[in-house]
Amino acid sequence: MLKWFEKQVPKIVLAPSFIAILLFVYGFIVWTGWVSLTRSRLLPKYDIVGFIQYERLFDSPRWDTAMSNLFIFGVLFIVISMFLGLLIAILLDQKIRVEGVLRTIYLYPMALSLIVTGTAWKWILNPGLGIESVVQGWGFENFKFDWLINPDYAIYTVVIAGVWQASGFVMALFLAGLRSVDDEVIKAARVDGIPTTRIYSAIILPSMAPIFLSAFIVLAHLAIKSFDLVIALTGGGPGYATDLPATYMYALAFSRGDIGQAASSAMVMMMVVFAIVVPYLYSELRAKND
Amino acid sequence: MTDFSTNQTTRKQGRAGQIALRWGLYLILCLFALYYLMPLFVMLTTSLKSLEEIRTGSLLSLPRNITFDAWSTAWSKACTGIQCEGLRPYFWNSLLLSVPAVMISTLLGALNGYVIAQWKFKGSNLIFSLMLFGCFIPFQVVLLPMARVLGILNMAGTIPGLIFVHVVYGIGFTTLFFRNYYVTIPQELVKAAKVDGAGFVRIFWSIFLPLSLPIIVVTVIWQFTQIWNDFLFGVSFSQAGTQPVTVALNNIVNSTTGVKEYNVDMAAAIIAAMPTLLVYVVAGKYFIRGLTAGSVKG
Repeated sequence: MLKWFEKQVPKIVLAPSFIAILLFVYGFIVWTGWVSLTRSRLLPKYDIVGFIQYERLFDSPRWDTAMSNLFIFGVLFIVISMFLGLLIAILLDQKIRVEGVLRTIYLYPMALSLIVTGTAWKWILNPGLGIESVVQGWGFENFKFDWLINPDYAIYTVVIAGVWQASGFVMALFLAGLRSVDDEVIKAARVDGIPTTRIYSAIILPSMAPIFLSAFIVLAHLAIKSFDLVIALTGGGPGYATDLPATYMYALAFSRGDIGQAASSAMVMMMVVFAIVVPYLYSELRAKND
Repeated sequence: MTDFSTNQTTRKQGRAGQIALRWGLYLILCLFALYYLMPLFVMLTTSLKSLEEIRTGSLLSLPRNITFDAWSTAWSKACTGIQCEGLRPYFWNSLLLSVPAVMISTLLGALNGYVIAQWKFKGSNLIFSLMLFGCFIPFQVVLLPMARVLGILNMAGTIPGLIFVHVVYGIGFTTLFFRNYYVTIPQELVKAAKVDGAGFVRIFWSIFLPLSLPIIVVTVIWQFTQIWNDFLFGVSFSQAGTQPVTVALNNIVNSTTGVKEYNVDMAAAIIAAMPTLLVYVVAGKYFIRGLTAGSVKG
């Protein structure tokens, strides 16, 4: 009896966490998925009626804005962060004497809350008192920089702040990747007189493909979940010009009291995440088992 | 001979070019450093200026008269809606909720990681995969049902409720960290200990725990940063008295009543950022390790 109990201890230890994940992750996904197929408004209803919530969602101009914003923000945020991160990583990899200090400076934004980042950039980009007046003070009196309150450009301010926060982190990923490239190969290439730019483009960067992939996954994931930054920086405005799916979902759930719409938008977000992440995780897990 | 001398001049030119390149490199790196530091500089200087100076001066100039008024207002007088008690009560809320949440989720992660790495049973790998996938979901998908469950459990708008939420959605990460660490410890160690008659708890307590300090530090820092900086759960599941500091900061900055006090906003932002910034400065190495380890899965 005691022996049997002894054998069950690992399962008993794992059980509470397993049940919690099963219930609060997978159970909740099922709940949200179910409710997204009903006519729920202020209170959840449980009679499935089909895809009317999704039809409403795709008909909504606000959701349309949110999705195209996600696309604009996502693409720019990922591309610029990757480019900047890679550039700084390569520059830092040239046996720089104060590397430690510089690295610390480049990476500290990652320790900040996105609310803090949003607050800081909201002030810096303030039309009137921020960057605009600084440049005007330098003599360019006609300089205008009102992106924060311009519905056509406000989404780019989210990109500016997002890149500032995340690019240092991408730099750290790439730097670790650069350091893991086999030194012997690079030395051999140097001896053969191959120029440094060629060494990077033909030897080092191709061998870092997995790092590009994981940087992409992390950034894409951050972009889709972006909520805090928009709330702090623009509040989704002007109007709903900078709405993202995450802010749309929150507004519908907690201010508008439209549970059906909130649930269906959350499900769409999850599908977007899974479309990106599942193939990646699958290949990762399979590679590990081989 | 001629060959030799031309060779030498090109080499000299080469060296001068090298030095110029080197200086250029340092210059670019310093410009990047300025770019990353600029917002912190602006926050700090703005928080030390008077409103008058902010309106008349430049964003990038140093304060002429340093005043700490904005800091004391941000800490104990600024309005977060109808209440005007500053950030102080919310700062304590954040501390009160992150300390237990970090401790519980780290402990559970250690135990789970220990089981998954060293006490495999049929299905344990599946459980691990399920936990891993759980790390990736956008939390929007659990907000509505969680709000209802917290209501049913009578924990809606309470700090224990927030602790519960952070523990549940932190387990995936902490388990991953400990599992990846414990998997590097040879299984022979456990086998030998078993032969000596040590059980599950004994082996964990006297072999694994003493080896775990680095990964505990990484996990605690990761969890603390995540929970302290969280906004989504805080804004969804708290009410007037129980909000964490990030929510209070956002309320101060985006409150529409009265004169816009930019210096108070900046002081409040720095106060809210202080704990995680401090952790980063003191234990940056472990912070980065957690970041890169966390990124392997997302």
